Amino acid sequence: MPELASTQALDTFPRLLFHHAQVRASKTAMREKDLGIWQCWTWLEVAAEVRALACGLAEMGFTRGENLAIVGDNRPRMYMMMAAVQCLGGVPVPLYQDAVANELLFVLLDGEIRFVFVEDQEQVDKVLEIQAQLPHLEHLFYDDARGMRHYTQAFIHDVRELMAMGKIHHRNHPDLLAEAIASGHADDVSVMLYTSGTTGKPKGVRLTHRAFIAAAQGGVDFDDLTDSEDILSYLPMAWVGDHLFSYAQAMVAGFTINCPESAETVMNDLREIGPTYYFAPPRVFENLLTQVMIRMEDASRVKQKMFHYFMAVARRCGAEILDQRPVGLADRLRYALGRMLVYGPLKNVLGMSRIRVAYTAGAAIGPDLFRFYRSIGINLKQLYGQTETCAYVCLQPDGQIKFDSVGRPAPGVEVRIAENGEILVKGAMLLKEYYRRPDATAEAINADGYFMTGDAGLFDDDGHLKIIDRAKDVGKLANGAMYAPNYIENKLKFFQHIKEAVVFGDRRTMVCAFVNIDIGAVGNWAERRGIAYSGYTDLAAKPEVYGLIEECIEQVNRELVGEGVLGDSQIHRFLILHKELDPDDDELTRTRKVRRNFVAEKYAVLIEALYAGRQSQFIETAVKFEDGRQGKVAADLVIRDVRTFPLARKAA
Amino acid sequence: MSREIGEVILDLKNVSLAFGGVKALTDISFDVREHEIRAIIGPNGAGKSSMLNVINGVYRPQQGEIVLRGRRFARMNPYKAAQAGISRTFQNIALFKGMSVIDNIMTGRNLKIRTNLLLQALWWGPARREELAHRAKVEEVIDFLEIQHIRKTPVGRLPYGLQKRVDLGRALAMEPSILLLDEPMAGMNVEEKQDMCRFILDVNDQFGTTIVLIEHDMGVVMDISDRVVVLDYGKKIGDGDPDAVRSNPEVVSAYLGAGH
Repeated sequence: MPELASTQALDTFPRLLFHHAQVRASKTAMREKDLGIWQCWTWLEVAAEVRALACGLAEMGFTRGENLAIVGDNRPRMYMMMAAVQCLGGVPVPLYQDAVANELLFVLLDGEIRFVFVEDQEQVDKVLEIQAQLPHLEHLFYDDARGMRHYTQAFIHDVRELMAMGKIHHRNHPDLLAEAIASGHADDVSVMLYTSGTTGKPKGVRLTHRAFIAAAQGGVDFDDLTDSEDILSYLPMAWVGDHLFSYAQAMVAGFTINCPESAETVMNDLREIGPTYYFAPPRVFENLLTQVMIRMEDASRVKQKMFHYFMAVARRCGAEILDQRPVGLADRLRYALGRMLVYGPLKNVLGMSRIRVAYTAGAAIGPDLFRFYRSIGINLKQLYGQTETCAYVCLQPDGQIKFDSVGRPAPGVEVRIAENGEILVKGAMLLKEYYRRPDATAEAINADGYFMTGDAGLFDDDGHLKIIDRAKDVGKLANGAMYAPNYIENKLKFFQHIKEAVVFGDRRTMVCAFVNIDIGAVGNWAERRGIAYSGYTDLAAKPEVYGLIEECIEQVNRELVGEGVLGDSQIHRFLILHKELDPDDDELTRTRKVRRNFVAEKYAVLIEALYAGRQSQFIETAVKFEDGRQGKVAADLVIRDVRTFPLARKAA
Repeated sequence: MSREIGEVILDLKNVSLAFGGVKALTDISFDVREHEIRAIIGPNGAGKSSMLNVINGVYRPQQGEIVLRGRRFARMNPYKAAQAGISRTFQNIALFKGMSVIDNIMTGRNLKIRTNLLLQALWWGPARREELAHRAKVEEVIDFLEIQHIRKTPVGRLPYGLQKRVDLGRALAMEPSILLLDEPMAGMNVEEKQDMCRFILDVNDQFGTTIVLIEHDMGVVMDISDRVVVLDYGKKIGDGDPDAVRSNPEVVSAYLGAGH
């Protein structure tokens, strides 16, 4: 491999890639299911394609330090393009594939992007829609040629043309790539990831090779990952989690990434691949569990009985057995039998038979959900991190899993809690800067070099970090009691019937809530009770559904009473929204976090009704459909009061 | 557009069909050109499905003839039609409900299978190679129609719109030169119709397949077809491009109604 001199340290991703192409040349690096068959690329083949891509880009005039946007689903060639750009000292900028044209516009302008690589016609159309507003755009490459026959614009190219050009270029300039890689530096920016922007416009987070390799290496060492791991790469490439797990760690450890056939086939592909290492946000685990539970309700009585009996056994001792803590012989035998009859087959159906380590992050995970997976023997752990820290701050060590904490600071990471409760972190994995935002960079990194996460948290007695809320969201009720909205919302969202919740209470006399029901779970619940409904709006307005949600909220109130200072945050009144909160309507971020202020503003009339004590409120809302058309949803929303519980105040 | 409408590929001349005393089709003539999308419209009972059935030989007209690529067929039969590259979908989906999507589409390759039953049963040697090749073709169809996620699902468990898509897949697996679609969008919601339209246009565009379709949704017909034939009580009352048909007073009164 001429690209890599043996004296070079493996401190950039291109060097790592060409290193793997030498030492594990014939090992599978990437797989993708295409036309029903898993197609494989060895490390040697990946290196060859990356070389062709990189040389092609060089031929087209791509320069060092320049940004290149990547938009599409997880495809091997998308990952290869990242490596190719890095070879030339450029910065790949992966974007969310479901972003609408306007969201792309912001990033393409902000990054002064000349080169864009997209997956298919759909993405090409999006770029063409905003082409007139993109003075910098020069070349648009696509991976999937389907439907592209009639696009005659000269700046649109099939990526295969680029690669063919690259091969010729490489023959004529055989040393160029090696020189480009040799002049790369660990402190060069390796990738720019845009933060989802819970607040204001997205910011481009610039992360160096050194940072991402440190984070990846730390994770690989922490869990003893080897080059024989298999991971399913199905989360958006623009998300830091995917970049760490599917790109950085795979590059560091040399394991195999597997790209699903399409977004709809992920479940099947998961089963076929049987990954050994798995990463998913909590909602994926939640959906899987919901599906299992729905299917169990349709199972025969005998199966149901067996399932529930052994799940009770697993709840009692499964997690303990996984953590290798002492468990009585009788339970051990029952668990072994359960593994044969229930847990084993269940894991197989979930595609989790081979999993050694699974991680979840990005949002809080419900204790029941978390316990469920651990109890059937899946080593599911939590981690904590954000885009600015390469998603690498805290990890839960094997055998020391606590449901309400995110684990200990990861190797090489220093964590401190500021006086206001904010979590501060420092280490090699920190961002270099926000792109063209020195003000934001200065704001995020304090004088001592700590990154201010914006999360409020505390360490427990064992040194495990517990996240309470966003630091800026933590407020006070009118009576001065502490109020942590996300904490309450998460409690609500842990119920399978509640998909989203938004609570209000800062500087107010009481806490009130908006609820989105989970149409799958509640729809199923309604069907079983013979409640007819025509759609989300109709179902959400049913008195029976209100009753169901009221019970959930009452349960939350009961829990909150027992949590001291948070007891004042019991929910007094709630309503069920007539439409689902949706990123297309800007109510959620692309990673499905609620934009609290935006929602509060948009539905101000509802909030007013909640606090004015009204029993119902009419509202009409504009919605955007997937095909871009606009429509309106109107409803008369019922508002309900919920039972609250008296606080056991200390006798004054 | 790279697709160019060519010569007349299918010509129906003075076709009449009767079932006892009921005249289904009376003296109908029209032609279909290569690579075009040709729609047949008309009210219920106008004879549209009978027309398709005549084209692929399910019904034998008492009078008239069919000229397919210059060859005259006084009597067409379904086998000959299939061999000549005509495939079709049905109004009331004709799939094997208990079989998977793959197996159903595979039946569309039946005519192209060369090895004998014994070899196939043993799945040995040439039969095996052949099946792999056919399976690869079927996978291309699956990819084309974006139904990877239901590849192994029994057809009976699929929603109606997807069953229609599988039906189209089965017809496409034949690699037809002429595709007859009998109400491909009946009973679909708007989104499913949009998908189906896109697939029909893509088939026509990418494979150059000539398409003859019957459809009730006027918006769809006027949008996607190159020329339209209008039938009423078994007689042809209009023929031409969508705009001409739309402004033909006879068509308007018979079919579109006063409201349009």
